[in-house]
Amino acid sequence: MSRISPLFEQLRTDKRTALIPYITAGDPTPGATVDIMHALVAGGADAIELGVPFSDPMADGPVIAAAHERALVHHVGLRHVLGMVQVFRQSNQHTPIILMGYQNPIEAMGIAVFAERAQAAGVDGVLTVDLPPEEANTAAGIYAAVQIDPIFLIAPTTHADRIRIIAKLATGFVYYVSLKGVTGAQNLDTQALAERVRAIRQDCSLPVGVGFGIRDAPTAAAVGQVADAVIIGSALVRIIAELGQGDPATLQQKVQAFMTEIRSALDRS
Amino acid sequence: MKAPMRDANTFNFAQFPDAHGRFGEFGGKYVAETLMEPIQELQDAYAHFRSDPEFVREFETDLRDYVGRPSAMYFAARMSEAYGTQIWFKREDLNHTGAHKINNAIGQALLAKRLGKTRIIAETGAGQHGVATATVAARLGLECVIYMGAEDIERQQPNVFRMKLLGATVVSVESGTRTLKDALNEAMRDWVTNVDNTFYIIGTVAGPHPYPQMVRDFQSVIGTEARAQLLEKTGRLPDAVVACVGGGSNAIGIFHAFLNDERVALYGAEAGGDGIETGRHAAPLSAGRPGVLHGMRTYLMEDDDGQIIGTHSISAGLDYPGVGPEHSWLKDLGRVTYDGITDDEAMSAFHDVMRFEGIIPALESSHAVAYAKKLASLYGKDKIILVNLSGRGDKDINTVAKLEGITL
Repeated sequence: MSRISPLFEQLRTDKRTALIPYITAGDPTPGATVDIMHALVAGGADAIELGVPFSDPMADGPVIAAAHERALVHHVGLRHVLGMVQVFRQSNQHTPIILMGYQNPIEAMGIAVFAERAQAAGVDGVLTVDLPPEEANTAAGIYAAVQIDPIFLIAPTTHADRIRIIAKLATGFVYYVSLKGVTGAQNLDTQALAERVRAIRQDCSLPVGVGFGIRDAPTAAAVGQVADAVIIGSALVRIIAELGQGDPATLQQKVQAFMTEIRSALDRS
Repeated sequence: MKAPMRDANTFNFAQFPDAHGRFGEFGGKYVAETLMEPIQELQDAYAHFRSDPEFVREFETDLRDYVGRPSAMYFAARMSEAYGTQIWFKREDLNHTGAHKINNAIGQALLAKRLGKTRIIAETGAGQHGVATATVAARLGLECVIYMGAEDIERQQPNVFRMKLLGATVVSVESGTRTLKDALNEAMRDWVTNVDNTFYIIGTVAGPHPYPQMVRDFQSVIGTEARAQLLEKTGRLPDAVVACVGGGSNAIGIFHAFLNDERVALYGAEAGGDGIETGRHAAPLSAGRPGVLHGMRTYLMEDDDGQIIGTHSISAGLDYPGVGPEHSWLKDLGRVTYDGITDDEAMSAFHDVMRFEGIIPALESSHAVAYAKKLASLYGKDKIILVNLSGRGDKDINTVAKLEGITL
């Protein structure tokens, strides 16, 4: 079993909502990533989504697409990302890590080779944005064999019959994309969100994480009322974009402070 | 790569893609979850309307009265003499808007109208598909947004202006390599955000299912006409059919009617750029490997990390690192032979077509002519090589002048 299910069990006991930040590996530099990951945990992150840079991040908005481009300036690929996870694991064995990215870099390495190396490096889950359940049977089987959870997206457009298909393949948790659109989109309707999450729970027993459109402590707190996990991406990546060229210690402090703020809001709500 | 088994006597190419949108291992639907439902809707709608007599009649009427179909079948007499084989041109360059792209744009726009969509988006490389889309959107009174790479905007100014005159908004795409693939990414992002009122008209036989099938069906009129026209004019089928392949819509369009004619050889000319050996080209079938991009599994140009690499071609319309999945399948089956044609070979063919036949071919189509020239000696004077002249080259005049150091 990966670290993901035990985490959610513990959180349920503690009546807490998981906080899962997203960063793109290699942004702003390959050397900065592991320190930023530790800062996220110090600020209250329960798990980390680590983006694998891809030349064509079709499902990402301008903020995260730019992060991919910054990482690619340094030629950060899947091999390097696995190396970063390995280094992170030298001093942190408990925080689940979910790789988030696109299918092509994984296929270029070979799915089976990737699964084996990811497991060895200490990866817990893999979310492949452009691999819907219809195309995911082979990959999901390979990941399951090495105790890596295949994480799937559920969208506002996903009907109940598809939620059931996803629920059969997914383990760990499911990721509800709270808005139509790309990452970093605006205008979250929390009431509609609550209804959707209730509907998902009828067809899927896994914990439900919610992402897209959560940009600050108040939105995080509102989402935390209905979700098992709150996922923050673009708001965090924007901080990295703004401070990435400066002093690494300042960046880590800001990242940690931002996490602490969200964490407090979640724990108060 | 091992060739999949195929019994030429019983195999029917028309039965593909399968129910999952696959051509063998290629194709499929590799998109984010948000797009799965809209794509399913599109698939259902297309399955319904492709066999709806009213829809088919409207499409065929538009092709006849608005596009000017059937396009001519022309014997290139002086070129045949010079090349030493019989060269026939399928004259898609004579279509309204100057290329085959309009066939597909009309089909998809009619579908958009049936689905009640009020907004049309499209990506474009050379601008031909953008112009075709802006044209049909103007005619149907639909809002139109065209995504175009910033680099392509610079080299295809006349088409950018045409699109604007037609009332379209042209969005300059500054991300990635600033060319066609990035325009496609940006159009996908728009679609995922505005799926309720927006129809995405993809310009080639690429993208997630049902696009490769749908675009092929709309373009297959090229080969259906060509096959009948050549039979009527010469009493026989061609010995070879040649087309250029970027995304591959004109090639699939002309090949499709001939796929089950096993004795008709089929050739696809990819953009060889500076030469396949230099790495500066846009020839995934000749020098790439299978991967996943833009919603499909297909041959791609990528590096060891699986990052899509920049392409190079003299022709903006062929400057794409992927290719329609049906081509990948036809390559592995051995039914179509694909090879790279360099910029220089295409330029030389461009001049040949102008000097021998008085036709300005698109630089894209010039790749097909150059391939026919190479094949001519294999075939000889008694054989017929049918070339798809997919578009006219008026749009390329500035590029050609610049290459030859001439200021207009």
